[in-house]
Amino acid sequence: MTELLVGTKKGLFVLRGDASAGGPFAIAHRAFPGDVVEFAMRDPRTGRYFASVTSGFYGPRLMYTDDPTGEWEQAVGPAFPEGTDTAVERIWVVKPGEADGLLYAGVDPAALFVSTDGGASWSLNEPLWEERKAGDWAPGLGGLALHSICPWPGDPQRLAIGISAAGVWITEDGGKSWRTGYTGLVPEYLPEEAREGTSALCVHNMHRAPLRPERLFMQFHGNVYRSDDAGATWNEIGAGLPSGFGFPMVLDPADPDSAFVIPLVGAEDRVMPEGKVRVFGTRDAGAAWTTLGNGLPGHEAYLTVLRQAFAGEGEGERMGLYFGATNGEVFGSGDGGASWFTVHDRLAKVHSVRVA
Amino acid sequence: MAVVTLRAPLRDRTGGTARHDLPGGTVGEVLRELERRHPPVTGWILNEQGRIRPHVLVFVNGERTREDTALGPGDVLQVLPSISGGRT
Repeated sequence: MTELLVGTKKGLFVLRGDASAGGPFAIAHRAFPGDVVEFAMRDPRTGRYFASVTSGFYGPRLMYTDDPTGEWEQAVGPAFPEGTDTAVERIWVVKPGEADGLLYAGVDPAALFVSTDGGASWSLNEPLWEERKAGDWAPGLGGLALHSICPWPGDPQRLAIGISAAGVWITEDGGKSWRTGYTGLVPEYLPEEAREGTSALCVHNMHRAPLRPERLFMQFHGNVYRSDDAGATWNEIGAGLPSGFGFPMVLDPADPDSAFVIPLVGAEDRVMPEGKVRVFGTRDAGAAWTTLGNGLPGHEAYLTVLRQAFAGEGEGERMGLYFGATNGEVFGSGDGGASWFTVHDRLAKVHSVRVA
Repeated sequence: MAVVTLRAPLRDRTGGTARHDLPGGTVGEVLRELERRHPPVTGWILNEQGRIRPHVLVFVNGERTREDTALGPGDVLQVLPSISGGRT
């Protein structure tokens, strides 16, 4: 039995089903009706569930529970300290850290919040906020978003984060100091003479390969990149994809040469190329990409999949892959993308998908 | 003392109580006191900087107001969501 947490424009859907049976999954519960659920996940260490909920009237809040079909409790924060003259607009992501009780949250406007009590309360990482105040950070179309958080397995001192549109930031002292990781990223959306040294780097998604932690994969604004030196330098690996533009990305945790992406036509036309719903996967670190579309709509399907709406479960040939589109359809695979089934076809606009 | 009146879902976050008699010299102070007495409503009306959220309307004696508006005894604050026609 697989449990999916699908955050939508109209609440959180808890779906349950058996991937080996080929779907569909049943709705076990709908939480936060009427509110946008930007992101939801389960901390595998504690079993605690988190949901980033944004009311159009009453603002953003982080909720948590041990039972997603039961009552949820509101966390204390993330919230900016008084005097910063800044308020959280949206909570993009929650990520478990590498120490007991340690979690991170990335928000808009770009800031990192840290919890050391299992997610009940949160505080601002001040050194990164100082970098943000000193820098010329500009928002992307979706805001100034800290959306990607990449812990280093076994080492709570090391962390890399991705910001749209302020690039990659790396700490090796538990967040006391930060440095950039920009070299090799090409912001083709800027004039050539404006690219050198710019911080206006639109990272769309970033993940670390757990078994080879110095390796990171990135979906950038106009290409897919790989770093083999912990984010210091980056190389393009998008040749072979129908487009370098996209948002979602998943890695196979057992295969440091693996990445899965869902390309879109481009920044001005954010739908799947050729009207075909396809995932593309590599298992040779980006040298070649395989089309994974068996069972997905293959014509007249102009879907969009948002940044957090793609998730993995398990590893290898039996790896589960799940994604949801802005038209409310959710698809799944129980064999690493070799074949796909419809998980649910009539939800609201999907903002995020995670396997509980 | 001012009187704060709430509707759902804010009322649900203050123990189901719609009417609250609260001390404070300004709208912001009264709403902060509401948060202090009912922590689940924290952040829902005022953001973390003490500003009324853009899509929340606060009226004093029927007139839309701001967080720094001074209050007198018996003033009535109504807290309402803004009209959102056209948004789905």
